[in-house]
Amino acid sequence: MKQTLDGFYTLEERIFYVLLLLGGGLTLLGLTAARSVEEHGHVITGMTNQVVWGLPHVFAIFLIVAASGVLNVASIGSVFGEKLYKPRAPLSGLLCVAMLGGGLMVLMLDLGRPERLIVAATHYNFKSVFAWNVFLYSGMVGIVAVYLWTMFERRMNRWSKAAGLAALVWRFALTTGTGSIFGFLVARQAYQSALLAPLFIVLSFAWGLAVFLVVQSAMYAWNGQRLPEAVQKRMARLLGVFVAGALYLVGVYHLTNLYFARQSAFEAFILLGQGDASSEFPALFWAGYVALGALAPLVLLLHPRLGGPRCTLAASALVVLGAFALLYVFIIGGQAFPLEIFPGHVVTSSFGDGVIEHYRPSLPELLLGLGGIGAAFVLTAIGVRVLDFLPQDDFAALGMAGKD
Amino acid sequence: MTKADRDTGSRQGLSGRRAFLGLAAAGVGGVLLAPGVHLMEIAQAAVPGPSPGASPKVRWGLLIDTTRCAPGCTDCVDACNTENGLSGGTRPTDSQWIRKVEIKEIRTGRSQSVPVMCQHCAEPPCVDVCPTGASFKRADGIVLVDRHSCIGCRYCVMACPYKARSFVHEPLVDQKADVPRGKGCVEGCTLCVHRIDKGQGPACVEACTKAGHQAMLFGDLNDPQSEIARRVHELATTQLRADLRLDPGVRYQGL
Repeated sequence: MKQTLDGFYTLEERIFYVLLLLGGGLTLLGLTAARSVEEHGHVITGMTNQVVWGLPHVFAIFLIVAASGVLNVASIGSVFGEKLYKPRAPLSGLLCVAMLGGGLMVLMLDLGRPERLIVAATHYNFKSVFAWNVFLYSGMVGIVAVYLWTMFERRMNRWSKAAGLAALVWRFALTTGTGSIFGFLVARQAYQSALLAPLFIVLSFAWGLAVFLVVQSAMYAWNGQRLPEAVQKRMARLLGVFVAGALYLVGVYHLTNLYFARQSAFEAFILLGQGDASSEFPALFWAGYVALGALAPLVLLLHPRLGGPRCTLAASALVVLGAFALLYVFIIGGQAFPLEIFPGHVVTSSFGDGVIEHYRPSLPELLLGLGGIGAAFVLTAIGVRVLDFLPQDDFAALGMAGKD
Repeated sequence: MTKADRDTGSRQGLSGRRAFLGLAAAGVGGVLLAPGVHLMEIAQAAVPGPSPGASPKVRWGLLIDTTRCAPGCTDCVDACNTENGLSGGTRPTDSQWIRKVEIKEIRTGRSQSVPVMCQHCAEPPCVDVCPTGASFKRADGIVLVDRHSCIGCRYCVMACPYKARSFVHEPLVDQKADVPRGKGCVEGCTLCVHRIDKGQGPACVEACTKAGHQAMLFGDLNDPQSEIARRVHELATTQLRADLRLDPGVRYQGL
């Protein structure tokens, strides 16, 4: 990183082009995979008539939920006036737009008819949570763009707090909408819960901040800088609080399910693998999400002897991995369990009734998902290169803030 | 470099960036909005009026007598496949508009065979969740998918409590002229709407009756004189997942 004549820090040219090449390559692979699915049909994916949403949806929903969460950093700065977070607001806004873009790219390209995007943009059924989300996502991009403008444009600085507040309110609505995509599915044992909206909001806090910390660390490292200790410590503690909150709500979601007798078979399947000895979901939930994605980060972040920059980075990466494990269990596991059309009966049919589906993701699905991350990466890299998105701490002000 | 120099440089840099960003935002906005606005007009102009064939006074429905439905018999399934041009394949990615579900009560061991298809709900969850309105309910109660506006998001498959919808996973060949289907779209039982509009009944019911099973009855639930309305009035019938209060048009007798 160098300080240019006009006082801004930008990524070194060489690093920038290498990053662009990497992100662009990943995006291209994703696009190629989508093209191949479009040509051959979804038969080349692992998705079936039982598991209709697969690995691409795990990536897309992670990106969208984390996108709304990553904006919290900006909100804490602009709306709640925390000095430490204010310099991070532009990067937070950029990441939000970039991840939203990446997530939507995956969702759109996984459609059975992606070329009919214009139909989705011109025909709306306002009873559909999906249709609401189309507005919530495009509105989010618009509001964050205005918010960034009020931050960069000196004449507009005084509107920054109002724009930040609008973005904060909108992001809550957006994550509520994402959670409600599942919450409104009354027929499925795994979903149909009003808890899913607040659960997704709290998950977004943790996932968004984790992504922010990973990106921030990478940007500082590439530029040979060190994050001020006070900044790192406070952000680490905040992540710890978010991870604990998310783990608590995930626990409550499963406890409420266990309380209903009609849900007990589903919970026994998803948490213990009952009914399918080869099920990957209990391991992914307990080891992937609970142990590695929540408890380990909590120790790394909150233990008095740990909590340094490396621990924070490791914890953030683990939170992201745990997010994928949890979403895989939630989305795939929720569909793999058969619908209960005839309660109290053993059922069989040619269409998989009463049978646990064994979904195996295929390479095109993985590449499409990674392509979404690549696209978010490219958008972030370009943003950081063209504009001054890298946080620049005013150490004097930080000292004045007086909090560690 | 003095502070003043830096400030001047910074201001110049900002002004250039500002102009560039303004131009870029206007350009991107124009490119994104213009075709949308234009196409919206075309799309709205193209919306067809209400189907002349469907009457809101009619509520088409089925009554299935499970005591007459033999385990292993697939006459209705075969007829559906032939009528609608389905392959009849049973891979998890193949379309099945009607299937035979063999059920056995855990407590009593009582076994039955039940054909299950789209239940043509009065309050269909698939219609509620469809973002584009491609899933729709005709005035006469038949739930259909408009193959021209289905974008293949599969949200309706997630929402259907009966597993009644299939997603077309592969390119299709040899389609029936009356039953257009399409790769990447969702589909399900149409109650043989193309036959109903010609005054006939669904193929599955016809096959079941022709074979002498008499396990399926089709008719207008709203017409008190129809046999189906009379039987639903006289006999105890069951709705699948009645707890969801979707008011399905398909009723079961003997379950």
